[in-house]
Amino acid sequence: MRSEAAGGRAAGSGGAALGRPPVLSVEDVGVVLGGRLIVEGVRFGLAPGEVTGLIGPNGAGKTTVLRVVLGLVRPTSGLVRREGAARRPGGLAYVPQQHLVDAELPLRARDLVGLGLDGHRLGIPLPTRRRRELVDEALERVGAAGFADDRIGRLSGGQQQRVLLAHALVARPAVVVLDEPLANLDVRSEQEVAELLGRVAAEHEVAVLVSAHDVNPLLPVMSRVVYLAEGRAVWGTTEEVVRSEVLTRLYRHHVDVLRVHGRILVVPAGPATRVDVPDPDRPPGSDGGVEQVR
Amino acid sequence: MTVLAGLVAPGFLSSGPVRVALALGGIVSLVSAPVGVLTVVRRQSFAGHALGDIGATGGAGAFLLGVSALWGFLASSAIAVGAFHVAGSRERRSRDIATGIVLGAALGVSALFLYLDANSTSTTGATMTVLFGSLFVVPPGTVPLVAGLGAVALVAVLVCFRPLLLAAVHPDVAAARGVRVRRVELGYLVALAVAVALSAMTIGAVLSTALLVGPSGAALRVTRRPGSAVALAAALGVVATFAGVLLAYDSYAWPPAQHGWPASFFVVVLLFVADLAAGLLAGRGRRRSARRRAG
Ligand SMILES: Nc1ncnc2c1ncn2[C@@H]1O[C@H](COP(=O)(O)OP(=O)(O)OP(=O)(O)O)[C@@H](O)[C@H]1O
Ligand SMILES: [Mg+2]
Repeated sequence: MRSEAAGGRAAGSGGAALGRPPVLSVEDVGVVLGGRLIVEGVRFGLAPGEVTGLIGPNGAGKTTVLRVVLGLVRPTSGLVRREGAARRPGGLAYVPQQHLVDAELPLRARDLVGLGLDGHRLGIPLPTRRRRELVDEALERVGAAGFADDRIGRLSGGQQQRVLLAHALVARPAVVVLDEPLANLDVRSEQEVAELLGRVAAEHEVAVLVSAHDVNPLLPVMSRVVYLAEGRAVWGTTEEVVRSEVLTRLYRHHVDVLRVHGRILVVPAGPATRVDVPDPDRPPGSDGGVEQVR
Repeated sequence: MTVLAGLVAPGFLSSGPVRVALALGGIVSLVSAPVGVLTVVRRQSFAGHALGDIGATGGAGAFLLGVSALWGFLASSAIAVGAFHVAGSRERRSRDIATGIVLGAALGVSALFLYLDANSTSTTGATMTVLFGSLFVVPPGTVPLVAGLGAVALVAVLVCFRPLLLAAVHPDVAAARGVRVRRVELGYLVALAVAVALSAMTIGAVLSTALLVGPSGAALRVTRRPGSAVALAAALGVVATFAGVLLAYDSYAWPPAQHGWPASFFVVVLLFVADLAAGLLAGRGRRRSARRRAG
């Protein structure tokens, strides 16, 4: 079983097609790690100026897919095209999942952002005015100017994440990949960072790929979703993908999607309601009790 | 000035062995500063220590063969570094276990070599020189070689410094930014091998980590910038080795008469004191900035 554009069989429209040529596309990618199939048939494209959410429960393979996108893991099958991204000097940038930097690391927040500009170059960095301006601007943009001169390892998890985001943005990359950037934030910061990602995508023509286990915080800014579950993926606009019949097919058991007060609740039913043969033509069962709310 | 004049015994600077010792100590300190800062930052002090211990095997072997101990230190460090690089892709835990096992074997072999050394020369000189160093018996002809090796290591580590720092933050972030992580790590390991071998020449194989990570550890306590950490570590290293040489020279006049104390002893003690002082200074700085923030 492989992933498909949600619009495909389920809704009869090719909704996943991008309006603009993608800067990066993942084509039919499968990954085997440690002899185990992690994901299979993953397909999506990233367009400049758009935020794409990579959504899935714990262990679904979000981090794995992001690492494939970045070229840190070689896919077992399929391929990732990065020609579009390679045309921009900034290339690809990465903000990893919940990572605490060593408290002893002799780097201030601004030093780490500076390494986003030229950390791949050999030799000693020369402090120029231009470099300083770019660094200050990036720190300002993510709301990290207040702790620019603090040692990075002494900042809180959320603050470190902002600095890593500034590090990712400073070189004006074509694609920014963020792994669960909202995971450790309070509700207000969650909103702020989501908005920030939307603004970054729109203002700088960056393709943003961001993983999360919940669609809600990303709803206001997200153009498209790659929904990951059971080792497979569906790709499309939020409306196309986050629907009961599409997710029921993906999970292989009944899933209710409830829209309440502008929020989306994805409610997988218990294992008792397992749908053995995913069939888009059969109406979703009405017997799925609400047992688990994600 | 008079205090200094009192400390510097007559004939200190005109003595040949003293000059060699100062040159060696200076070079080693300069190389160890950037290498040491990266070693501390990358949390590889244990690997650095392991290299020193493995170096003892090479040093003792060199004595047996009748060649300069430096060649022995270098050869065994190079082999060990190659093994680290190959094992580098493996998990940290299995790597640490492998290091521990190899270390034990290496020390066993050096015990044998040193025993044979002691029997063939009927002195304990080899043991002392290999394990604890003896700066004053380094032949002057070694200095250009040491300077050349030091320059190579220094260039290697300074060229790779930036990408290595980024890789210390997060290897994947560095790789995404276009850093060839494995390649720059190899550059670091080569510099580490040379730095450890030179430190072993200076203060002995067993104590070589002290000179490698001592100054850097102290420097990293008091500064938040990579550049100043390297500069401070270099300064601390130079001061400690020069003062160690000076005190060892002076100690010829101390009891037991006509037997100088080993320079390594002074160097290590000075570095220890510097580290304590840096710890106190850092603690005070933190309290002060906390007060400033609160007030
Ligand atoms: N190197 C590896 N070798 C073997 N299995 C792996 C490896 N890396 C990840 N996996 C497995 O792949 C699966 C997906 O992991 P991944 O980290 O991509 O999930 P995730 O969606 O990011 O989860 P989370 O939400 O918890 O971060 C997990 O079952 C994990 O055990
Ligand atoms: Mg993950």
